[in-house]
Amino acid sequence: MSSGTTDGAVPGPADPGTCPTGHAAGPVGTGYAVDPAGTGHAGGLPGHFAGASDGFTGAPEHVVELAGVTKEYPGGVAALRGVDLRVARAELLAIVGPSGSGKSTLLHIIGTLDRPTAGSVTIAGHDIATLTDRRLSALRAQHIGFVFQSFHLVPGISAQDNVAEGLLYSGLPRAERRRRAAVALDRVGLADRMAHRPHELSGGQKQRVAIARAVVGEPDLLLADEPTGALDSASGEAVMALLHDLNKEGATIAVITHDSEIAAELPRQVRIRDGQVVADEGRAAPTGKRRAPGTGHPGIRSAER
Amino acid sequence: MRRTRLSPASLGPRDVLHVGSAGLRTRPMRVVLSALGIAIGIATMIAVVGISASSKAQLLQKLDALGTNMLVASPGQGLFGEEVKLPKEAPGMVGRIDGVQQVGATGDLPQAVRRSEKIPADESGGITLKAADEGLLKVLRGAMASGTWLNDANGRYPSVVLGHISAERLGITEPGRQVYIDGRYFTVVGILGPLPLAPEIERSALVGWSAAGKLLGFDGHPTSIYERSTDASVRGVRDLIPRTVDPENPRNVQVTDPSSALQAKAATEGAFTNLLLGLGGVALLVGGVGVANTMIISVLERRHEIGLRRSMGATRGQIRIQFVTESLLLSGLGGIAGIVLGAAATYVFAASGGMPWVVPLWAVGGGFGATLVIGTIAGLYPAVRAARLSPTLALQAV
Repeated sequence: MSSGTTDGAVPGPADPGTCPTGHAAGPVGTGYAVDPAGTGHAGGLPGHFAGASDGFTGAPEHVVELAGVTKEYPGGVAALRGVDLRVARAELLAIVGPSGSGKSTLLHIIGTLDRPTAGSVTIAGHDIATLTDRRLSALRAQHIGFVFQSFHLVPGISAQDNVAEGLLYSGLPRAERRRRAAVALDRVGLADRMAHRPHELSGGQKQRVAIARAVVGEPDLLLADEPTGALDSASGEAVMALLHDLNKEGATIAVITHDSEIAAELPRQVRIRDGQVVADEGRAAPTGKRRAPGTGHPGIRSAER
Repeated sequence: MRRTRLSPASLGPRDVLHVGSAGLRTRPMRVVLSALGIAIGIATMIAVVGISASSKAQLLQKLDALGTNMLVASPGQGLFGEEVKLPKEAPGMVGRIDGVQQVGATGDLPQAVRRSEKIPADESGGITLKAADEGLLKVLRGAMASGTWLNDANGRYPSVVLGHISAERLGITEPGRQVYIDGRYFTVVGILGPLPLAPEIERSALVGWSAAGKLLGFDGHPTSIYERSTDASVRGVRDLIPRTVDPENPRNVQVTDPSSALQAKAATEGAFTNLLLGLGGVALLVGGVGVANTMIISVLERRHEIGLRRSMGATRGQIRIQFVTESLLLSGLGGIAGIVLGAAATYVFAASGGMPWVVPLWAVGGGFGATLVIGTIAGLYPAVRAARLSPTLALQAV
């Protein structure tokens, strides 16, 4: 994660045909936290990758690729029925649906916390069906950051240590983890709260600590599960603004919410109902400042099929 | 896209310790209570072993001071159960054996020792009257509690030295008093101190050898010959005594080693502690169950944390090691507290009993090792449960 080429230009032909808009322009520039386009693509692609996911010959510009994902629970209850979803690098999208729609299950599957009963899931170029639990853990450590509704901060330790926990399984030495945690806290505007413990922070501040923890490892994908659900509206707006800012810096962010208002703020909304994607719409608002006008907007996408 | 190989980074020992202690740091009271069980078990075991080792050390110290080089020769029984007497010259002959340094002798007398003539003759109070020669005190390495030992001067007159138990029984606390023996009053000239190697002397009244002959009809045949030799020659002397004392019937002479009784006592000092040790073991086991219980509750309570860690990339193995470490820390803390407690209890016991303070290292090491084993066993099941938790379930349970 730490290796940081920040060259965001993904070669156009990398995506032959599967992505009609040819959305190629990852945001250029140095995301502080999220390495926008990844690194490895420029080099000779390792063989194991070239054939790894359905026909990709170049770097995957889709951080998330779900195809026909179905999740059934014992007893025949289907939480997801054939979901297809692609999330491109540097997108900011909402996965929105009422409770019971399957959006939480979708979050777990995208987050590799759960496996589908049918269909394929490819996260950051890795087909998770082929990965052992150990490798899945490594995938989460290196590529995915989570933000939860109820923060899940560790009580009794400082904000900085809480953020540093996000790098615990990265293999970085402790001092470096703490240093990066300080940078991440500064980024979310809590430089003056480093030593505060969770109970000394407001809800909004807690969630910002949690966001810092999620992005400190510079993941390819940030999954936010009802990030404003436990916050008052002002704090909620601040958190959403922060997510927007992070996205502008290149982070790929999926916000899972039941709140259509929040979803409407985001460039793309994937609506889930009864385990199916019922709508996938975007609005023409720029998400990346540096996105050249005229290139396909990542937010405006068909439902992929 | 980074094509880094997906292999989980391993946690360093410090990080393992860090995550393993995180749960303990936030719940100090629970740590104290669940470590207490282990602490009590270990403290019991350490104290039991320590106290018995301390009293054993004291016995050995005593033994060292008394020496293990003293032997006692006494008449055995004849072939037909008839009474056998040692020759009158026996003490002198024993004294000539190579290696023998000191010799003393006593001869039993039948008379009773009484406080006054008003006390019935059959109330002996368990006190035996013996004739004693001058060398006896030296051989026994005894000391006078008060007064003087028998010597040439007072040995001829009706004077008596009391063992400290017989003095107690007669109610005599200082020399100068008189006791009634065989129709005459004898003056107490001295009272002996304790004689651990010769408890029979402690319960005796001793009269000088010649006075016994003159005044009490003593026939001069010794009934016990005490001798002390160099440490190296003890074995040889032991073999030589019967043949020297009674060359015709060496079987009639019995040789005993009074220190062997003390040695046996020291050796068996640990025997009854096994029961107490078992009790400590049970306490330890209960402590281990307490730790396991705490760990299971801890895992249930911290499902969010487990889910969070899994979402941050912790592998199942890393979750397992976290909880095993926590359990190990918990029981290790209890173990250390128990060792300190047990050692302190031993110290108090030893100090109050005037014993040397001994806590065997093997007991400390064994006790700590036992806590680590218990900690691992107690933590393994909860840790496996924690690692098996589905990360989604762990996060959902609000």
